[in-house]
Amino acid sequence: MDAILPAARDYSLIGRDSQRAVETGLAAAEWYHTDVSRKEMKELMRRDDGPAIRDTAIWLSSMVVLAVLGVVLWGSIWCVPFFLAYGVLYGSASDSRWHECGHGTAFKTRWMNDAVYQIACFMIMRNPVTWRWSHARHHTDTVIVGRDPEIAVMRPPDLLRLVLNFFGILDAWHAVVDMLRNAAGFVSAEEKTFIPEQEQPKAVRIARIWLAIYIATIALALYMGSILPLVLIGLPRLYGAWHHVLTGLLQHGGLADNVVDHRLNSRTVLMNPVSRFIYWNMNYHVEHHMFPMVPYHALPRLHAMIRHDLPAPNPGILDGYREMLPAFLRQLRNEDYYLRRELPLTAKPYRDEFHGEAARAATQ
Amino acid sequence: MSDWIEACTADDIDEEDVMRFDHEGRTFAIYRSPDDEFFATDGLCTHEHIHLADGLVMDDIIECPKHNGRFNYKTGQAKGAPVCVNLRTYPVKVEAGKVLIQLSQ
Repeated sequence: MDAILPAARDYSLIGRDSQRAVETGLAAAEWYHTDVSRKEMKELMRRDDGPAIRDTAIWLSSMVVLAVLGVVLWGSIWCVPFFLAYGVLYGSASDSRWHECGHGTAFKTRWMNDAVYQIACFMIMRNPVTWRWSHARHHTDTVIVGRDPEIAVMRPPDLLRLVLNFFGILDAWHAVVDMLRNAAGFVSAEEKTFIPEQEQPKAVRIARIWLAIYIATIALALYMGSILPLVLIGLPRLYGAWHHVLTGLLQHGGLADNVVDHRLNSRTVLMNPVSRFIYWNMNYHVEHHMFPMVPYHALPRLHAMIRHDLPAPNPGILDGYREMLPAFLRQLRNEDYYLRRELPLTAKPYRDEFHGEAARAATQ
Repeated sequence: MSDWIEACTADDIDEEDVMRFDHEGRTFAIYRSPDDEFFATDGLCTHEHIHLADGLVMDDIIECPKHNGRFNYKTGQAKGAPVCVNLRTYPVKVEAGKVLIQLSQ
């Protein structure tokens, strides 16, 4: 279905579309939720340390083992597979850990959430203060143009950027620039739109700590005359990024923007157990956005409970890409094109008064 | 002048849970603590327009269902990002099985 918008989208958080979203009520709107009884929702939201302690122990201990094997075999071709696996746990699994612990739902115990959050933020190179607030906005205004700071694929899609980010290149570059800017004491105008003033010094302090760690790592590499320290710290954000980009693009790619129903702008994809471990079940993405306080380990149960009201999930990553990539290509010619997800007969219909032609006309 | 309003009956709320109460265009959250005490706060998160009654009560904390904003519902104190502004609280009493909140404070 082709939507009608008057001009190219303005993704700036302080631009024309941002102002329009506020004026039309798209910003901070009330979103559709599938009916779930209070009793069932309380059970789903219930916190539990067990699954996350188990998964974190597997994650970090695997990294240690792989790093040790990689270092022992350094200089031979046999170190490559160990570093490739280490890289995915560093540069991709950290994405989901950052995310889940940022929501505060992974662990029941607060300090465990906070500790893993800080570690994962460092690995994925996302300032823990800045990204906590940007992600809150992402959940308030999911894929609302001019409001959501975390739209991975803007229209028309920049395919070169997407390919480069499979190797973390642009993301890491921007992360380094942001870190240096924050470490120098500057918070950008866009960051100021979603980080409260009293929180901004924390972002600066973290950036300075990180900068010190990277300087120490580079100094060690120079002292050793080897790139090995950077292969362990920093570079895995590049060579291990591919999995989190592979799975992350599917979250909203090719789907509607400027709607207030996560069934229209988010995608649930059934995935293999390894990817689900790395991704911490964020493949259940419609469910996560609809009920963000449900911990990752309860998302399969939530999916089973509300699937009657959701579009059918994509049966795998490959299927998701078969659907999404042609939509990207079509958006190159017509940025208003999007995939409209069909609902099962058992679902409540989309509320077209909020995101049908009438609503779109109101935004013009 | 006191203005006690009947919000619900005590049995309407499970222990360690919360329910929404709307009155004259305002919305409130009524809590029952694990030790069977009742409390009341404004019903909307101070971060964004989200009903706290859809959130999760754990001990003396209410977590906003949208962004994990956490408040001590007994004092209204905001417990950290993304909430920075405290929640307004209201006196509560239980009489004859009815939960009353005082709105004139």
